[in-house]
Amino acid sequence: MSATMTTGRNLVESKLYPAAAIYRHVINAGDPWIYEIKKGQYFRIVDLHGNQAVDTLFYNAHDYSDRYSAQDTIQQQHNIYLTTGTKLMSTEGTVLLTIVADTCGRHDTLGGACANESNMVRYAIEKRYMHACRSSFLKAVIEWDHGMSKRDITSNINFFMNVPVTPEGKLTFDDGISEPGKYVEMRAEIDVLALISNCPQLNNPCNAYNPTPVEVLIWTAEL
Amino acid sequence: MNETVLWQETIQPGASWSHVLKRGTALRMTDLEGGANVGGIFYNFECPTERYNMPDTLKAQHIARLTTGFVLYSDMGRILLSVIGDTVGWHDPIGGTSNRKMVESNYGPSSYQQDRNGYHKNGRDGFLVELGKWGLGPRDLVANVNLFSRVDVSDDGTMSFAPENSKAGDLIDLRAEMNVLAILNTCQHPLDPNPKYEPKAVQVSIRSVAAATLDDPCRVSRPENGRGFTLTERYFL
Repeated sequence: MSATMTTGRNLVESKLYPAAAIYRHVINAGDPWIYEIKKGQYFRIVDLHGNQAVDTLFYNAHDYSDRYSAQDTIQQQHNIYLTTGTKLMSTEGTVLLTIVADTCGRHDTLGGACANESNMVRYAIEKRYMHACRSSFLKAVIEWDHGMSKRDITSNINFFMNVPVTPEGKLTFDDGISEPGKYVEMRAEIDVLALISNCPQLNNPCNAYNPTPVEVLIWTAEL
Repeated sequence: MNETVLWQETIQPGASWSHVLKRGTALRMTDLEGGANVGGIFYNFECPTERYNMPDTLKAQHIARLTTGFVLYSDMGRILLSVIGDTVGWHDPIGGTSNRKMVESNYGPSSYQQDRNGYHKNGRDGFLVELGKWGLGPRDLVANVNLFSRVDVSDDGTMSFAPENSKAGDLIDLRAEMNVLAILNTCQHPLDPNPKYEPKAVQVSIRSVAAATLDDPCRVSRPENGRGFTLTERYFL
């Protein structure tokens, strides 16, 4: 095993023009989105208003049990942060997508997604009734109607979130390093199913207590 | 923990193991030689779609390590296991597990035909085979813990394996707060730089223990854990 990319923020701009995208969609604050991205296509997420958590999962489009693995992803690059050059690994050791451009420079995959239940633990038992990412994930996979269920909701990526680990082994939720218009772009290495919950969290400052829309764009394979 | 040992067993090096830990018992794991690693994933035995959740465990307690006073959360806001004793001080919840390709690349080729029962095992296959015995499969494979191992993270995010984290005789005590299906294996840590295939044996023992009191160190270590215990106790009402 070799560490191919061990540095922190790897800021790289994309050469792709939004006007040439074959698909554009604004995911409203708090909404889910599910979509197939074909091998070779480029997939960009734009943080339209800054510091919005984009909770994201990927699956092998031909076998949903082969899915994004946070631990395999950080392990193969010996680094907990996702940025340009990061290969998003599956549980089967497949490279699902590669991050090819990133103007934010650091993304989290340890913090997971909010849920009614985790909100009860983290904030107060009364928080059960607030909208949460894992409900959005569930709603999206049920409506997708391809046999997916809670078993398929695994540990996700939080694009645009900054969650450092300290030398003492503490996990900290730092101020965001994203800004309006920052984006991350990936190339699909196989056909993948993308599942996003545009985080509705109102209990912590990660998105300034104000969830906002994000845009997703897809380009065909050839530049 | 002086309670009577109900039974004990030694998990062989590189082996996988599973058991339903009953609420009211504790699992003690002892590193017999030093340098052991125990990969573990944990499920609510009554409803295995409820399972150990790495992010919920880390963010509820603001930790990237496990030791006494911390707990392992399920994805349903409940506590599966509490760390009620630990002589190591740092157990890794982020490093993941090994796979067949990695083990072959790290330690060379090995097969049953060539090495009989000494053939090289890997963590992922160990988890999947043991999960299969309970009717579970790849869709149930989630982020695991690595007991006895330590992974440090530097400012730029670089992960490094800390050698000699656990010594011979070191142990950890996990109290079952629910009926917990524990899926374990003793494969080497995926980031262990040891060039040799040298997984270690680990002794496991089961004891009866009292339920968490109101001043239990795991319950009072953080307000989040107080709520976690409340939600876990409500599940049994």
